[in-house]
Amino acid sequence: MFDWFSQLDPNTQTDIWVIAVGAMTNTACALLGCYLVLRRMSLLGDAISHAVLPGLVVAFVLTGSVHIVYMAAGALAVGMLTTVLIETLHRHGGVAEDASMGVVFTSLFALGVILIKRYGQAVDLDPDCVLNGLLELVVVNRVEIAGYDVPRALVTIAPVLLLNVVFIVLFWKELLISSFDPALADTMGLKAGWMHYLLMALVALTTVASFEQVGSILVIAMLIVPGATAGLLCDRLRTMMLISAVIAVASAVLGHFAAVQFNTNTAGTMSVIVGLFYLAAVLLSPQYGVLSALARNLRTSLRIVREDLLGMLYRLEELQAERALQAGEAKQAVGGGWLAWLGLQSLLRRGDVQRQGELLRLTASGRQQAAQLIRAHRLWEVYLVERLGLPLDHVHEPAMRMEHFIGDELQQRLAAETTDTATDPHGREIPPGSQKTES
Amino acid sequence: MSAPPLEIHDMTVAYHRKPVLWDIDLTVPEGKLIGILGPNGAGKSTLIKSVLELMPLASGKVTFYGQPYARQRHLVGYVPQRESVDWDFPVTALDVVTMGTYGQLGWFRRPGAAQHEAAGRCLAQVGLEPLARRQIRQLSGGQQQRVFLARALAQNAQIYFMDEPFAGVDAATEQAIIGLLQRLREGGKTVLVVHHDLQTVREYFDHVILLNMRLIAAGPTASTFTTENLNRTYGGRLTVLDQAAEAVRRGDRRQ
Repeated sequence: MFDWFSQLDPNTQTDIWVIAVGAMTNTACALLGCYLVLRRMSLLGDAISHAVLPGLVVAFVLTGSVHIVYMAAGALAVGMLTTVLIETLHRHGGVAEDASMGVVFTSLFALGVILIKRYGQAVDLDPDCVLNGLLELVVVNRVEIAGYDVPRALVTIAPVLLLNVVFIVLFWKELLISSFDPALADTMGLKAGWMHYLLMALVALTTVASFEQVGSILVIAMLIVPGATAGLLCDRLRTMMLISAVIAVASAVLGHFAAVQFNTNTAGTMSVIVGLFYLAAVLLSPQYGVLSALARNLRTSLRIVREDLLGMLYRLEELQAERALQAGEAKQAVGGGWLAWLGLQSLLRRGDVQRQGELLRLTASGRQQAAQLIRAHRLWEVYLVERLGLPLDHVHEPAMRMEHFIGDELQQRLAAETTDTATDPHGREIPPGSQKTES
Repeated sequence: MSAPPLEIHDMTVAYHRKPVLWDIDLTVPEGKLIGILGPNGAGKSTLIKSVLELMPLASGKVTFYGQPYARQRHLVGYVPQRESVDWDFPVTALDVVTMGTYGQLGWFRRPGAAQHEAAGRCLAQVGLEPLARRQIRQLSGGQQQRVFLARALAQNAQIYFMDEPFAGVDAATEQAIIGLLQRLREGGKTVLVVHHDLQTVREYFDHVILLNMRLIAAGPTASTFTTENLNRTYGGRLTVLDQAAEAVRRGDRRQ
């Protein structure tokens, strides 16, 4: 099965191994990270990934070995200890949750650094390596599995990824309810506390499995960023998990080639790439993105300008003004600038307004729309006077703001709840409802 | 089931050793709609949370139909306060209602077609079937509250605890909710509701529980919801109890 693989040139083989280890690590972290993000515990991943350090050193000192099983045991023990300490400080010590996290993980990490300096010199437990990781060297350290020569990191991270996937599939319902509504989960006997500790145990395990080769920077980034990014892009947990996994893998691929290109630390480039994914999602997400919010606001502003122009022309017609409005005056009256220009252009293009030289006139379709707007405006004025008891000189301004947001249904309710639906409080005629309203 | 749905014997509940509910003795009758009333900080939510074992008891005993809660979970439904959960969570209205069936399923068993259908029926009962696939953030406050009620229906319990189901909902939703609670009662269920609006108590509830750190009175609305009892409930806190609670918290006898 691996025949074709050994035929590949060594560089390509390296590419594949680095990407495989990176993708698996990233995915293992990203899947758990979705829950951390949803439970508003993003920092707990950060805390545990730092705090496990003394666990690793103690496990090494006790066993004299850096075998993954001992390391995992040490990490699990300290991971649980961290969770317990944070909760105890928070619940019983009266310390805010973020402060108790900060205190516990920095203290434990510092303890770990001291222990490494004291006892860890003999082994390759090196604080720098733990922070940055050396993913690019993943191919150097190899083991033989079932006759195949594979990187040791792959043998460490693959089972952890599998364990995380099995955990999530097996406890899907329990994780969902204990993340969304832990109190209800507890009343049903689905112990939210147990799920919390299980999740933290897996975070600790995943962290330590990733530590040696990829380092904690990548682990922390992958525990938070893919989940946070996916959360901006979808509305279902399952979709969120899938998207976060895709982002995790894509960051591994792009991060590796970026690292080769710029000849730098692979874990670092992967972390930067996933940060860029997040940035892109913040800007471009169709539902929650900055750009779509801007576009929505712009559309609303433009509609208001258009409607104000129509309303102005309608009122002039109503007053049987001597002379029609000039385009320049109209644009100034609605605030001027490019928004006013754009609003007028779109009215002309839609055929709601005609331009004769410099003068503007409503067309039949424009007049119909304007009548509805004026109807909304004046019904609101009547309502404010009759039901809220506002004086006459206080109702025009609020109606100018509200007229753009009063649709057919609200118009009907306003008409039903007021007595005078023929004229507004200033004695001007209220245009009749549209065909749709009356049918 | 001859034992009453809920019996509380001499229950005291404490936060950080500071008692917030003192020596509650209470028997809840079956098949009634019961209002839990009292001023802010009276311990209304605490009463619910402690009988559901979400908070430890300092002393006392609670039984549901004569048995401890752990044995009777399947008979108990719970509607927490709406603000207690994160409505940005990536789930649909139907997903939330389906969670009501999780207790019956127990560990590991996943909800299947039967559970989803049941959840759909419950959602229809609160008039939200068209919004089943909506993400819950897109629902109005009243709709979110109705989703919570539908979830409680999906629990298919005998006794329900509802923490301020009328908080922040419009008048139409309040009517819809009270109609639903009345239907539950007609189906023989017992419903306890933490409630704030004294105006509607006579109209809504058969029984009331008046609470202010201790039980003031409990019984049929007609004989219990009296001016005298209300004065005792809302007429200022008992400063002796406050002072005693503070002493317990500090753990000394100095005043």
